[in-house]
Amino acid sequence: MIDMKSYINIGIILGAALLMTSCFNSSKPNYQYFPNMYEAVGYETYAETDAFANGMEAQVPPANTIKRGWIPYAYENSIEGKAAAYAELISPLDSLSSDDNLAVGKELYDIYCAVCHGTKGDGKGILTEREKILGVPSYKDRDLTEGSIYHVIYYGINSMGSYAAQLNEKERWQVTEYVEKLRADLLK
Amino acid sequence: MKKVKHRNSTSRILGISLAVLLTFSTSLFAQETEAPAEAATTEAAADPAKGKSLFNANCAACHKLNQKRTGPALAGVGGKYEREWLYKWIRNSQGLIKSGDADAVALWEEWQPSVMNSFPQLSDEDIDNILAYTDAPPPSPPPGEEVTGATGGGTQGSGISNEIILTALVLVFGILVVMLLLVNKTLRRIAEANGVELVTEEGEKRLPIWKAFVQNQFLVLVSVIFLMLSGAYFAYGYLMQVGVDQGYKPVQPIHFSHKIHAGDNEIDCKYCHSSARVSKTSGIPSLNVCMNCHKSIPEYTGEEDLANGYTKDFYTKEIQKLYEAVGWDDANQQYTGESSPVKWVRIHNLPDFAYFNHSQHVTVAGIECQKCHGPVEEMEVMYQFSPLTMGWCVNCHRETNVKVEGNEYYEKIHEELSKKYGVDKLTAAQMGGLECGKCHY
Repeated sequence: MIDMKSYINIGIILGAALLMTSCFNSSKPNYQYFPNMYEAVGYETYAETDAFANGMEAQVPPANTIKRGWIPYAYENSIEGKAAAYAELISPLDSLSSDDNLAVGKELYDIYCAVCHGTKGDGKGILTEREKILGVPSYKDRDLTEGSIYHVIYYGINSMGSYAAQLNEKERWQVTEYVEKLRADLLK
Repeated sequence: MKKVKHRNSTSRILGISLAVLLTFSTSLFAQETEAPAEAATTEAAADPAKGKSLFNANCAACHKLNQKRTGPALAGVGGKYEREWLYKWIRNSQGLIKSGDADAVALWEEWQPSVMNSFPQLSDEDIDNILAYTDAPPPSPPPGEEVTGATGGGTQGSGISNEIILTALVLVFGILVVMLLLVNKTLRRIAEANGVELVTEEGEKRLPIWKAFVQNQFLVLVSVIFLMLSGAYFAYGYLMQVGVDQGYKPVQPIHFSHKIHAGDNEIDCKYCHSSARVSKTSGIPSLNVCMNCHKSIPEYTGEEDLANGYTKDFYTKEIQKLYEAVGWDDANQQYTGESSPVKWVRIHNLPDFAYFNHSQHVTVAGIECQKCHGPVEEMEVMYQFSPLTMGWCVNCHRETNVKVEGNEYYEKIHEELSKKYGVDKLTAAQMGGLECGKCHY
């Protein structure tokens, strides 16, 4: 018969194995050596802090302020605003550097717009093909001007959300220029 | 396929039943065969199958059949208004409102500021087809349903059967162990009863092995050295992984699957993490970015992973969590104004003494996100792929050439330095990527 001693030995080995595997917990961060060199004294992006009432570092800008270099958009998010943008809003981009702008516009369009509108602007992006989002129109079926395209990127329309948070002013105009090019290609 | 145009009733019944059958299998064939079958009657000319594809292509962004979205639910809309009015409304709703039509103005009062797009490209026939679909949507194809149901059941079955097999194996193993012990016991009893003396090893008097070991001094020396070296090796390994969070996989407040978003749906990383292009920090998207799509996607309809419990229901509940956090009332399609931030758990975290800038790597160097973050598009649960140690950074800086194309900023210095080092292409290290002050200051 196996004696008591070997039982104990097996127990020790099993226990050690259990201890070693249980110590590795992937849902907890590892130990840090001198954590005060790791963790910032200042507020880190998205960090929790007691400096503000809601306990977050990320704050909404105070009312009636704009950030440096930001130019307020003159048109309201309304039907009249859209009609005015459609009629009179003109791209400030230099038409001489159109190639560069179109290249950047394509890059950004493929990131932000093509998932729904399709790389050709025909409304056949991967999300519409997979029937996650339906009813995305082709640009050729829409009456668009650069002003109305910019306006819709800025505010969104119906089911489309605003992209003003993801694209800055220049980038929005670059995307607008590329959308116009796609539309012209579709209408050919 | 050609059909003989007989007008007798049996062939018509056959034709219609064939058409119905084909409608349920594929709409493409249905359109071909249905046309001759239904051409006889003008009322039934409207084709719900065509209507469905038109509805999905033009209307479904804002309308569902039985659910309020950006616009009203459209089931039975053909019975609510006159056909002529609907033609006008769909082609130019704003014009109709401006003309002072009572119904149109009432709709506008209820739904403003949402403006329905104009669809001048739709013909009367198209609109009839769409209305035929909204008034009597064909039931979703039963054969297809059966197929998906069967496969769903199959996967579920295999998931369960796997578990059953495993537990059965464990049980069998346990029974075997118990049986062996019992057999051993009975054999011993029989042996004792028969008077057989069981010889144990302790019976012989031998030099214990540890004493023999202690007496051999060379062996002691060698094993001490071996133990010290291996101890040092493990101690070093342990110390070097302190502060390294490779494989860190925390539980997030909302189960966001990168596999579904970046993998299955091929959404670009920078769609959500847009500030990685232009900022030091690759931002966590604010919830309005989620709502760009999830305004239209209130439930999950994709593949399930039953083995891990990721059912459709599970994912739909996670979308509900998003709605709660952002304060979106899906039934009424409006924001309640009561939002609460999501407390995401940060995974990738460089120590404060190391500087890292995303835009420098993403935009200037044009490095793929996956180079550092691994195959994120395959991760159901996000984890830290790379060690993020200094050695790891330095290795990549030594191996990676600086991307100078189309970057005037680097042109001159690249020319000078490549002359100095006598190389065609400079690595990030030769450009100064190993200077202490680049990352530590």
